[in-house]
Amino acid sequence: MLRRHLLSLALGTVLAFGAGTARAQEFILVQSTTSTQNSGLFDHILPIFQEKTGIEVRVVAVGTGQAIKNAENGDGDVLFVHAKAAEEKFVAEGHGVSRADVMYNDFVIVGPADDPAGVAGMNDVVAALSKIAEAQAPFASRGDDSGTNKAELRLWKMAGIDVQAASGGWYRETGSGMGATLNTGTGMNAYILTDRATWIAFGNKGDYRIAVEGDAKMFNQYGIILVNPEKHGHVKAEAGQAFIDWVLSDQGQAAIADFKVDGQQLFFPNAGG
Amino acid sequence: MAEAFGLILRWDRELSVIVMLSLQVTLSAVALACLIGLPLGALVGAFRFPGRGVITVLLNALMGLPPVVVGLFVYLMLSAAGPLGVLGLLYTPTAMIIAQTILVTPIIAALTKQVVEDLHGEYAEQFASFGVTARTRVAALLWDARYSLLTVALAGFGRAVAEVGAVLIVGGNINHVTRVMTTTIALETSKGNLQLALALGVLLLGLAVVVNAGVMALRVSAVRAAYA
Repeated sequence: MLRRHLLSLALGTVLAFGAGTARAQEFILVQSTTSTQNSGLFDHILPIFQEKTGIEVRVVAVGTGQAIKNAENGDGDVLFVHAKAAEEKFVAEGHGVSRADVMYNDFVIVGPADDPAGVAGMNDVVAALSKIAEAQAPFASRGDDSGTNKAELRLWKMAGIDVQAASGGWYRETGSGMGATLNTGTGMNAYILTDRATWIAFGNKGDYRIAVEGDAKMFNQYGIILVNPEKHGHVKAEAGQAFIDWVLSDQGQAAIADFKVDGQQLFFPNAGG
Repeated sequence: MAEAFGLILRWDRELSVIVMLSLQVTLSAVALACLIGLPLGALVGAFRFPGRGVITVLLNALMGLPPVVVGLFVYLMLSAAGPLGVLGLLYTPTAMIIAQTILVTPIIAALTKQVVEDLHGEYAEQFASFGVTARTRVAALLWDARYSLLTVALAGFGRAVAEVGAVLIVGGNINHVTRVMTTTIALETSKGNLQLALALGVLLLGLAVVVNAGVMALRVSAVRAAYA
């Protein structure tokens, strides 16, 4: 009796979900990054796109490294991330159709108010990182192969510092997303490289402030790519391309520019630029 | 803090979608896990056969399955590049149910085995003297242990409703589609909205209390009915 109840409950639920998926309107799956999701950008622009086209956009927000891996497996129709070199490799290997610039923001280094390495106010990021390393002040890294992580490692390389040698000492890899790394980093008084959008929208700043900003080397470009339907037959090429076209259109670009948190614009559209 | 709880008390549509999906996914997974785990545990508990010790150890060990590993395994199965990719189940609630079922089944089976084994010790002689068939034996043991087994199911529910690692990977935490209580808490934490995250955690706890109280009430009224 009990078992029959359980059986019908289980089957009923599974069937309900099955029916739900069949009934659902057209949707595409976008593999994207935590910075776009956590800042609230998607909540702002996706309803506008859905209103216009009737296409629902489902976003899986993970680190850029994982997003690219997932897209390589064919688990997604569109890739919307920020690691230009890795994106170009993705296209060159035939996983994606082509890549287009969408928008940019920039990275900043945030640090505690007491500024143990004395870098506050600097705008030369390489010099600032050298000072942090010299002072052996704690630095929290994403350590997750994300776009932000790749950018950070590139900057350390420019500074000629081997962070792996300091790993576990003053250089601490959290192996998690931007928000989690900000939570961890602020908890151990560490400097953190973060994209400005996530930082402005972040709700647990404590006494932290932006220490280093304004260096052209901290430019953070976002790109968008249609996953190759010739490689993965189930990719919804038409709907995916419609989304890409819209994001790159005047209306899409304006929607991105319109998105503000606390009165500050977080992303700067530069399609076709 | 008051503001965060205020957000929850206002109880908007967004929040109810998340709570309902949490319940749907977890209750379905626990139901499926019971369907597999109860008979499996009863068989291992009531009969002696070669390899029984190995199965027992295995079931007990699998109770400690890390959710992330289950999530990864199910992802690799359901990914478009995986063997079951054609089903198109990745990033759906069904994928989350599958992952949680895998997670919970060993717990149900291992605990059922223990409950049934203890009960079988009392019943063995009667079974033998009446020449009861194996099928009836399992059914009788499960039925007579039903109240203890409710607690077993609740242990499974607790595990499933609290885990985040598996559903995050196979569900993708997609807004309005696969976002559940635990993945929302993880998301709000990563956004630095710690108070809101904590308030959601309290809500999740409240949900568990409601489910447990419901089962307890069911049990009490069933016992009363039986002796009325």
